[in-house]
Amino acid sequence: MNTVVLLTCTGLGLGALYFLIASGLSLIFGLMDVLNFAHGALLSIGAYAAWWAATDGGLGFWPAVPFGVLVGTAASVLLELALIRPLYARPRDQILATVGVGLALPALITGVWGSDARPFPQPAALSGTVDLLGAAVPVNRFVLIAAALAVLLLLRLFLARTRYGLIVRAGVEDRAMVTALGIDVRRAFTLVFAIGGAAASLGGALAGLYFGSVNPSQGTGLLVFAFVVVVMGGMGSVTGAAVASVGVGLVQQFANYYTAAGLGDLSVVVLLAVLLLVKPRGLTGRLA
Amino acid sequence: MSLLTVRDLRVVIDGLHILHGVDLDVAATGVTALLGRNGAGKTTTVKAVMGLVPRTGTVTFDGTDIGRLPTHRVVRRGIGYAPEDRGVFAHLSVAENLRLAERDPHPAYDLVHELFPELERRRGQPAGTLSGGQQQMVAIARTLLNGNRLIIADEPTKGLAPKIVTEVADVLARAAETVPVLLVEQNLALVRRVAGHCAVLADGRTAHQGDARALLADEDAARRLLGVGAHRPAAPAAPEGGPR
Repeated sequence: MNTVVLLTCTGLGLGALYFLIASGLSLIFGLMDVLNFAHGALLSIGAYAAWWAATDGGLGFWPAVPFGVLVGTAASVLLELALIRPLYARPRDQILATVGVGLALPALITGVWGSDARPFPQPAALSGTVDLLGAAVPVNRFVLIAAALAVLLLLRLFLARTRYGLIVRAGVEDRAMVTALGIDVRRAFTLVFAIGGAAASLGGALAGLYFGSVNPSQGTGLLVFAFVVVVMGGMGSVTGAAVASVGVGLVQQFANYYTAAGLGDLSVVVLLAVLLLVKPRGLTGRLA
Repeated sequence: MSLLTVRDLRVVIDGLHILHGVDLDVAATGVTALLGRNGAGKTTTVKAVMGLVPRTGTVTFDGTDIGRLPTHRVVRRGIGYAPEDRGVFAHLSVAENLRLAERDPHPAYDLVHELFPELERRRGQPAGTLSGGQQQMVAIARTLLNGNRLIIADEPTKGLAPKIVTEVADVLARAAETVPVLLVEQNLALVRRVAGHCAVLADGRTAHQGDARALLADEDAARRLLGVGAHRPAAPAAPEGGPR
């Protein structure tokens, strides 16, 4: 029983991390048709910015997290304006450009801080465990789950209650028609990129908490599973991404524990294949 | 006096020449019909005017060159567009579809609800679950919400039941009393009822421009240009006291 509770909480924590990356990725693809292979790099920017602020910057953990989010968001906006926007009419070049950033940024981080994992500062309040049904569950799992729930709630409020949310939902269905109503959809693109970057960089900062360290390839490694989540959840669906994230996190944790280490990743691929056979458009196939 | 003037409009998509030099004058009042057989280039012409497809040539609206503007800026000049496929957002509610189209500080919901009372009753219903006629109402309502100076309606009666065709014709005629309309249409009975001026496209070029009723009264010209006899049945009946 203890093991099941621990695996469940850890799986949900990992799923929360996947959701933070996948939610923005899903919105960006749904609205803009952009497969952003640089999204993992945004996570790494958030992670390293938070790590730097908490250690060398001397800010401590709590201010370091919003600092990481701020830097990641700014990088995301810069990426959209400088690289993605000029290539909207050239999707293949766009993919190559984002792949390039996704490869270059970890190399740049390695060049500056080296390839070794850097210990991420753990504040005392988040470094212990909580007794849950007899299992000692690390507190940081609950932090990740709470952060993902907050992001899910905020995203749903944004999509349901704001004019830009309405534009995003409409744009996922028919971008050209949105412009034919007199709306400059490029502003929504930049906003969605900023939101995606903010969520990913928050994921980066909290990944440091979850794994206990940051390393240059962390973003790329997590991006693979985020793409699986996006496909499973349905392109452009935030709720679908949330449900798929939970599924992927849990399957990965349980398979790794009850079979052999490493089989968790394979199980996720099998889960994806089965789901796509049953529901080719993903869990929801629609937004929000 | 033309409100919209198109000269030598050309469109090439994926190496295919769709328009070879369309000339078009849309009158500053009433309904101008854009006619032609299937594949003549009517929808591509209005898409090119709206900036939805890459185009060359001159497009002048109320004396201003709009031929190089992106679509959203063309619309903000005061052109409302109801596309051929209606362009409603299926997962959004009727109210959200309308709200998305709001540009004016005081959108004309009174007019929209007067013309389409059904839309007010169905405001919370997802637009994808509406009938074809109701979706067409949403598409036209979006063009009426703002103080547009021109409405472009692409085949608004396509696939609709005769009763709904009559309703749409009534609305277009009513709208044309205050704002000029460029109407792409295959239903010649409707054209005869509402249009004053017309342009006919053939093979991506302008084959004829002139008075719509004169063209449709000329059996030979109508057959030559449109491939059909002009005196077809199923004219959308104007209700008593309605626009004629």
